[in-house]
Amino acid sequence: MNLVIAFLLVPFGGMLFIPFLKVSRIGILAFALLFINTLISGYFAVQSLIGEAIIFSFPGSFITGEIPIRIDALSSWFIMIINLVFLTGGFYGLFYMKAYREQRNNLALHSIAFLFQYTAMVSICVIQNSFVFLLAWEIMALTSFLVIIFDHEHLATVKAGINYLIQAHFSIIFLIMGFIWVASKTGSYDFQAITSYSASISEQASLMLFLFFFIGFAIKAGFVPFHTWLPYAHPASPSHVSGIMSGVIIKVGIFGILRMLLIIKTDYVTVGYIILIISLVSGLYGVMLAIIQHNLKKLLAYHSIENIGIIGIGIGIGSIGLGTGNQVLATLGFAGALLHTLNHALFKSLLFYTAGNVYQATHTLDIEKLGGLIKKMPQTALLFLIAAIAISGIPPFNGFVSEFIIYIGVYNWLSDATLVSLLAAVFTTSGLAMIGGLAMLCFTKAFGIVFLGTARSELPLSCKEVPFIQLIPLYLLAGMIILIGLFPIVFISLLSHPVSLFTGTVGFGLHPAQVNAFKSLQPVSWASWMLILLIISIFMIRRFALSHRKISTGATWGCGYDAGTSKIQYTAGSFVRTYSKLFAPFLQIGKREDEVHGIFPAKAHYHTHPYDKVERWLIDEPLKLNKSFMGRFIFLHNGKLQFYILYGVIFILAVISIPLIYENINLFIGFLKQL
Amino acid sequence: MLSVLLIVIAAIFFTGIIIRAKSLASGRKGPLIMQPVLDVIRLFRKGAVYSETTSFVFQIAPTIYFSSVVMAMLVVPFGQSRGVLSFNGDFIFFAYVLALGKFFSIIAAMDTGSSFEGMGASREALYSMFAEPAFFILMGSLALLSGHTSFQEIFAALHIGSQISYALAALATFVLLMIAMIESSRMPIDDPKTHLELTMIHEVMILDNSGFDLGLIFTAGYLKFAIYGALIVNLFIGVIPYEYAIPSFFAIQFVMAVSIGLIESFMARFRMSHNPQFIVALTSVSLLIFFGVLLILQKFM
Repeated sequence: MNLVIAFLLVPFGGMLFIPFLKVSRIGILAFALLFINTLISGYFAVQSLIGEAIIFSFPGSFITGEIPIRIDALSSWFIMIINLVFLTGGFYGLFYMKAYREQRNNLALHSIAFLFQYTAMVSICVIQNSFVFLLAWEIMALTSFLVIIFDHEHLATVKAGINYLIQAHFSIIFLIMGFIWVASKTGSYDFQAITSYSASISEQASLMLFLFFFIGFAIKAGFVPFHTWLPYAHPASPSHVSGIMSGVIIKVGIFGILRMLLIIKTDYVTVGYIILIISLVSGLYGVMLAIIQHNLKKLLAYHSIENIGIIGIGIGIGSIGLGTGNQVLATLGFAGALLHTLNHALFKSLLFYTAGNVYQATHTLDIEKLGGLIKKMPQTALLFLIAAIAISGIPPFNGFVSEFIIYIGVYNWLSDATLVSLLAAVFTTSGLAMIGGLAMLCFTKAFGIVFLGTARSELPLSCKEVPFIQLIPLYLLAGMIILIGLFPIVFISLLSHPVSLFTGTVGFGLHPAQVNAFKSLQPVSWASWMLILLIISIFMIRRFALSHRKISTGATWGCGYDAGTSKIQYTAGSFVRTYSKLFAPFLQIGKREDEVHGIFPAKAHYHTHPYDKVERWLIDEPLKLNKSFMGRFIFLHNGKLQFYILYGVIFILAVISIPLIYENINLFIGFLKQL
Repeated sequence: MLSVLLIVIAAIFFTGIIIRAKSLASGRKGPLIMQPVLDVIRLFRKGAVYSETTSFVFQIAPTIYFSSVVMAMLVVPFGQSRGVLSFNGDFIFFAYVLALGKFFSIIAAMDTGSSFEGMGASREALYSMFAEPAFFILMGSLALLSGHTSFQEIFAALHIGSQISYALAALATFVLLMIAMIESSRMPIDDPKTHLELTMIHEVMILDNSGFDLGLIFTAGYLKFAIYGALIVNLFIGVIPYEYAIPSFFAIQFVMAVSIGLIESFMARFRMSHNPQFIVALTSVSLLIFFGVLLILQKFM
């Protein structure tokens, strides 16, 4: 109990001291405080992950009622992920932010907001009172806004931040509606009231209730079509914040959906199908748009949407398993989703940090301008490569393990199935396969264009590898990626407790049903081991064979012409040109081109601007319509005080007179009826 | 274990037979059947030339490509005998480990900074992406039909009885053969013998490889063909005893090699822009198999 209060007080301590420190100490104190808080929350999380749920209760006030705090296995799984990403992100940020030392006040605000953001996110995972939950949710939204707009001298950053702020509040509106619905019927803000209330109403009503929460959390998680804030907010924020946003903030949305699945009693099969369809669309649409992006961070941001889709597919089939009473399917679905949540947090934050390194060295994120960085930044390149393979779901790394579990789940689903579920299963597998293939196209492009070949534009002379100490958290993440790939069983046993919350079994350790579901994971890890051993041994043989031979270097084969410049290399745009032509109906790419004419052509140019079709039709066009409709009333807003007073008078008159008139009309109608 | 041995033996002769069939069809005598293997042995003993632009990615890529194909070979069964590795969902591992090899061959091609190789890499990435759903739907339908999820159990439990199942096996053969063609960059998709870099896919990606690395890439290519051949054979042999199964394995592989040689002699490569449509059509054939399975299982009731 005291520890919980200490946990809540730590960020306030930061608020008291950080503004008065020297600029070089701000980051260190903030990180130290963050570290203390991760220790406290980690202490509780580990306890409840391997043992029983921990329950506290605060008396609260007369508005909120009692505030129960419950750290169960699901919360602790997410707390562990949040801790991991915040620690690595905070440490990385210490060095990444060195370039901004002259902005002292800005840094102080950023650090304080960062601490509050962390505290709010962990609180969201454990609070069981809807009023306080919304409060923490709002603190998280506001502090995220503050950390996003760190670089607020750029207009684009502020725009992205405000876009985020507005959409975050749309999410809150839906949550408030859901919570108020329950609170107005039961008079209690406790989450248990939601459970009992949803069990007492009809299935359609509880489905509606679930959908309110689902939309609220889906905006946070970035499911298509609620994703449009994400590709702006991620690139605009500093790289350690982008890593954290993509690693954990959108995961809080996933946490919310999982929590609601636990506490709302509804028709899980319908819910499962809804989540499955939205997730498939998100997965495909996210990666389809990621491929055509030129901005490295924006590309990664669209990939977050794709991965949220994969997590959602897991949740969808898990929930269908719950609804149909198929324990194995539910286990595989939820385990795949939860493991992919961790996996995505690992490789996506690693990708954003390496993108940060690239930005730090080259001051650009436009991949068309980069190239050949592997020679200048070999360690960053290697780390990016590991994460790229992992995110494409390729063995022997962690992305494969979680996708494999989801695949096994879907194939398992085939065994007890009706026509509808069979069709859903076959479209899910082909969708997953397609997502995997497109992710490979995207990351071969990203890695190949940014790090390989030769530089496509003049890079700054100072372009070099970042200091090793900055790379330490990145190596830690890469190590985790490899560990999960090679020892999946260890992590699956950690997951047994959170998963059994859904499937209804209790206690730590794998249950017979779970053992059965995961029995093919052991051979998969052997296969990964064999693959690595095979690669090492063949590489050794190759080295031995080449050690006696003549090795020489020469120019790249250029069809007999080796005086080409780096400009003739394949660019990111040309790498995906066939793709963007094939998928043209789904994409929106603006073009500006000036073609080559004549015998002595003048300078020609070709620009493309990828845009989001969903954003255009769901956000831009309705806003435009709204604006043109509202524009008709702009004459009212004429800036003359007399008119405004007149409006006030008209309003008061209307308020008083309308009920009177209404009664008269009623009398009149009554009179007509009598006739 | 048996399957690995058989696949290696088949791989030794497969490409030689294709080349011989092509030469005979065009009225030439043609090289030795063993010539491709001899070429590889020669390559293994040569030195190497590396481009100045390349990095460590280019050095490790052929090794990883080769290893991924070998790993894929290890999960392929033969009739009743399991592959070296056999587990539920091993066909997922099969597809994804091949993707690892592809990933590295693509980035190795981009490592050279050559526009030709970038072009090949872009095409390879796109086409393999289109081929993947077809494979997963095919295996899903077979899993549904047999009620199992590992290669060996699926193939052992496939009952070829009714007329519809024969049709399904024929369609499955077609799908696997076409995936083999796409994966090994053979005719309707890619022409290994073209002389112009602009029209190549796989060949243009390995322009800068030489010596040991090139040998590894060639060997992996031969193995890949035999692996897909083995999968096709598995569709038919089921639980037939070995004395019939092994000869029919070689017979089917031989027929496959000869027919590839003949197809390549009498057919032109598709236009590059038509390739994706063709590959997507493959997915719809897989869907046809899926609906066939639904028919057999009477799920349309």
